[in-house]
Amino acid sequence: MEKQAAVQSLTDTMAKFTAYIGKHLPTDVEKKLAELRAKETKPLAKAIYLSMAENQEAANRLDRPSCQDTGVIQYFVTAGAKFPLLGELAEILEEATREATRTAPLRHNAVETFVEKNTGTNTGTKVPWLDWDIVPDDDGVTIDVYMAGGGCTLPGSATVLMPGQGYEGVAEFVFNVISSRGVNACPPLLVGVGVSTAVETAARLSKKALMRPVGSHNADPNAAKMETLLEDGLNEMGIGPQGLTGTNSVMGVNIESSARHPSTIGVAVNTGCWAHRRGRIRINADLSYEILTHEGAKL
Amino acid sequence: MNKKVLTTPIKDEDLEDLRVGDVVYLTGHIVTCRDVAHRRLIELKRELPVDLKGGAIFHAGPIVRKLDDGKFEMVSIGPTTSMRMEKFEREFIEQTGVKLIVGKGGMGPLTEEGCKKHKAVHAIFPGGCAVLAATQVEEIERAEWQDLGMPETLWVNRVKELGPLIISIDTQGNNLIEKNKAEFNAKKGPILEKIYSQVSFIK
Ligand code: SF4
Repeated sequence: MEKQAAVQSLTDTMAKFTAYIGKHLPTDVEKKLAELRAKETKPLAKAIYLSMAENQEAANRLDRPSCQDTGVIQYFVTAGAKFPLLGELAEILEEATREATRTAPLRHNAVETFVEKNTGTNTGTKVPWLDWDIVPDDDGVTIDVYMAGGGCTLPGSATVLMPGQGYEGVAEFVFNVISSRGVNACPPLLVGVGVSTAVETAARLSKKALMRPVGSHNADPNAAKMETLLEDGLNEMGIGPQGLTGTNSVMGVNIESSARHPSTIGVAVNTGCWAHRRGRIRINADLSYEILTHEGAKL
Repeated sequence: MNKKVLTTPIKDEDLEDLRVGDVVYLTGHIVTCRDVAHRRLIELKRELPVDLKGGAIFHAGPIVRKLDDGKFEMVSIGPTTSMRMEKFEREFIEQTGVKLIVGKGGMGPLTEEGCKKHKAVHAIFPGGCAVLAATQVEEIERAEWQDLGMPETLWVNRVKELGPLIISIDTQGNNLIEKNKAEFNAKKGPILEKIYSQVSFIK
């Protein structure tokens, strides 16, 4: 393929995929919501779960973004160093965002800071937001597209604890964030926790944690144990859908971590709402692709 | 079960018996009104271009499509976090005479006071259910302050049985979400105690 045609083809794929994830929840999230709905016993909470299911059905039938807040578009790119369009990828993703904004259509959510003007295209300074990981011996690329609305972005918090506060301090921080600010983020939430050295390293990991499937576990046994303890504990609070109380509070807790400085524990929390719109697509060197998050998806 | 439907213009008596946790639906008009519209009225003292007496506002920034004939189509409209408007809402109720405020999450003591004094209510529409709500909008009749961009424009919607709307602050000033939050906070301590003993990984 000519380079220009290749760029056009990948832009097209990514625009369609970006629009698609705004309209359909990933399979893991759909399954979890169905499970929580079946377990729910409170009538009001049940009614909310029913509205959610009706909404997803209507979004599918009418081909519309299921929530009006389609967020600032974020792409988490895990790029093979030998991917042929690596150098063009940033521009491709920007153009894909513009196109998806027109065709989906997506809400205009990029406001230039200080100028305080909405660009009307969902693109702007460093937006769409790109996050890069490079894989040495790979000629393909895996991209997570994520739309987080304002509501589920607002609770986001990070801090640096002293080692004396330990993992007990991590648990307390998570609970404080969720109990005080979680209700506005459209529960049941997927909670992403980053444990690291500083605020920015922990924050990035907490967001990456939200890219992991619901129900998956950290490879480290202690971290996995803590995921389960936090999940069960938060569920015991009974926040319920929309904070109206119910049998559960969360879809899960995902922890990602790095080695840390011996004198600090950086911890961050990010929340994904019930309408957790993320999608993962694997693109091969010949630009054929596979959608990994949405069973039976067609672009 | 009978659906309880409120119709604009809403009168004080329509709201008197409603209590937090009750579910209602709305038929008539509802105007989207969020951060900047509140700021313009209260801080910048600009007159709102719509009459809200006995009316309803929706804390929402929708996706709207402009059609070829110049009309607008409601694509997707769901509530935004109401708490952002807390700072302005009491005065907003007082100045406009609005009766029903729809959003998501709770609001605070100022709104409670405004609801109690001026007989208004705050209700929650399930967040994220934006296509469901859009199918309950019959028509966008007007669009004011379009200079604010799509999310902040005042979209005047004619709706039929918009809901479910869960009353979260009633005319007596009861506050459902604040009560729930107090419950969550009370449970937090004992739950954390159980977790602490199992996560002392630093030895
Ligand atoms: S928190 Fe999520 S579901 Fe709720 S309004 Fe925001 S984007 Fe939509």
